[in-house]
Amino acid sequence: MTTADLLGKILQVVMGLAVFAAIVGLLVFFIDRAPKKGRDYWQLVGFLAPAIILLAIGLIWPAIRTTGLAFLDNSGNFSWDNFIWMFTQPAAIRTLINTVVWVLLVPTLATALGLAYAIFIDKSRGERYYKALVFMPMAISFVGAGIIWRFVYEYRAGEREQIGLLNAIVTALGGEPVQWLQTDPLNTFLLIVVMIWIQTGFAMVVLSAAIKGIPAEQIEAAQLDGTNSWQRFTNVTVPGIRSSLVVVLTTISIATLKVFDIVRTMTAGNFNTSVVANEMYTQAFRASEVGRGSALAVILFLLVLPIVIYNVNVLRKQREIR
Amino acid sequence: MSSVAPVDLPTGEGKDDSSFAEAARDTKSGRIKRRLTSPWATIAAIAIAIVWTIPTFGLLISSFRPAELIQTTGWWTIFQNPGFTLDNYRDVLFSPSQSAPQLGAYFVNSLAIAIPATIFPLVFACMAAYAFAWIKFRGANVLFILVFALQIVPLQMALVPLLQFFSSWLRPLQAGLHNLIPIIPEQNYLPVWIAHTIFALPLAIFLLHNFIHEIPGDVIEAARVDGASHSQIFFRIVLPLAIPAIASFAIFQFLWVWNDLLVALIFSGGTQDVAPLTQRLAELVGSRGQDWQRLTAGAFVSLVVPLIVFFSLQRFFVRGLLAGSTKG
Repeated sequence: MTTADLLGKILQVVMGLAVFAAIVGLLVFFIDRAPKKGRDYWQLVGFLAPAIILLAIGLIWPAIRTTGLAFLDNSGNFSWDNFIWMFTQPAAIRTLINTVVWVLLVPTLATALGLAYAIFIDKSRGERYYKALVFMPMAISFVGAGIIWRFVYEYRAGEREQIGLLNAIVTALGGEPVQWLQTDPLNTFLLIVVMIWIQTGFAMVVLSAAIKGIPAEQIEAAQLDGTNSWQRFTNVTVPGIRSSLVVVLTTISIATLKVFDIVRTMTAGNFNTSVVANEMYTQAFRASEVGRGSALAVILFLLVLPIVIYNVNVLRKQREIR
Repeated sequence: MSSVAPVDLPTGEGKDDSSFAEAARDTKSGRIKRRLTSPWATIAAIAIAIVWTIPTFGLLISSFRPAELIQTTGWWTIFQNPGFTLDNYRDVLFSPSQSAPQLGAYFVNSLAIAIPATIFPLVFACMAAYAFAWIKFRGANVLFILVFALQIVPLQMALVPLLQFFSSWLRPLQAGLHNLIPIIPEQNYLPVWIAHTIFALPLAIFLLHNFIHEIPGDVIEAARVDGASHSQIFFRIVLPLAIPAIASFAIFQFLWVWNDLLVALIFSGGTQDVAPLTQRLAELVGSRGQDWQRLTAGAFVSLVVPLIVFFSLQRFFVRGLLAGSTKG
């Protein structure tokens, strides 16, 4: 990169910000000087319009169009071909099965681990540092995490010294080194480990905050009743953090359904490891099978839909109370 | 911000973790509790913490080892096979060779993408949140719930049509402008900025609304009585009061954009002029998956900014996370 390139890029950012500031400035001017007649209405439009217009052209219209594309074949006629392909081709079915395995394992294991860890370190000395260590992967990109774990799973053939940690442990214990990422179905589970590694910190932080919200009196009362710590956990702690558990589970489920980067970086979906989100990218942008890609996106939407409905219902109830 | 998440979420705010723990330690019951804490729990906690940290630690060590050593010995043998070097970093960041990763350029791209893509959605979301919270209009509730619901529409639903939209409208428009005014670049970050802005809006509006809604109505009323206009209230009262929420969301959005791969892959075009670090790294893994000296150093270059943000602004980040824990 030359200095001229760098200056060019800085100029682009500055220009982008300047144009943006000009747009916002115009809007504010418009809001302030709106015509007297229907002033409130114009002001409302001024505040809402940018977001609503962007959402309409960037999310609503595309979602409708993608649904439409899913039902078109390559010559532009209505057909079920894309969905038939998805539910009949072994490779496509495998993608769906993998996604189900992901969404069953990641949220439950990450939440369980996060909860256990949150309880283990609760009120211990150095709690902050314990938290930071497990939480740190949240800040790392999925691509970075993919490289970190590819290194752990690295394989060396024959008698050469292993440089991947996992194979080093296996050979130290007297086993044969394994090509982890090429071995089906083991490789899917090893990718799942990466996602759990990232999400556990999130579960831990949210649940830890929830645990601290449980009144101390409740725990003490249970203690006086002579309960052991497991009984206190199941009868006091878990009910006390139920709503947070739901939030964590749904959030991780949605993130897992959309996981793309990990699979892309670690195996690129080869060796039977693909998931719906990765396959959608491969079909639509690599293989130019826009119809199939769209159908996969629709399936993804349908999988997320129950969670959307649940959350919207909770929100609606909350707003009615207000 | 305790009522910020749709499901009631005790954020534990106001109860600083460490002071809370200290308070528990000082009371008698706290002391007893501490003695009762099982040593097994402590051991398990330490074991988990170690397992969680070792992969990253190994990558960091390796990134400073000479190429031959990385390729032939495990990083944990660093004491038997010592050797440290900065060559890997020099190679991935500054090497002018065409086959080198040239991450320096991509690092600048990542910054150039992430900073505006953090500011744009925040400003628009603040404005929309203000309208939802403090301008009364019919259908506000329905519209707000619709915006909230949009946050969980998978990005994948939007990619194909949005790309078509960019290539049939935005690109030609930009090319036309470029012909008129040459200083406007033909190829730039605009599509990535717009895409990130759109995808961030639903969550940003939702979170900021919940915060702005909590501002006492009396303050706003008093300003109105004094004849302040909506934009004056917005800039003089609402924005300053919403700074904590804005800060935590800004960190969240910055990290999200910095770490993103999917949006970049589709909207950036993948050249050194525009593509971010994550995209270049993913490419390197695909083409040079065995060059560990480059991959480890490159991965660390991409981790540096998020880790700095994480360790210096952890409190805000956690708060944003607790508030945003419904983000899909």
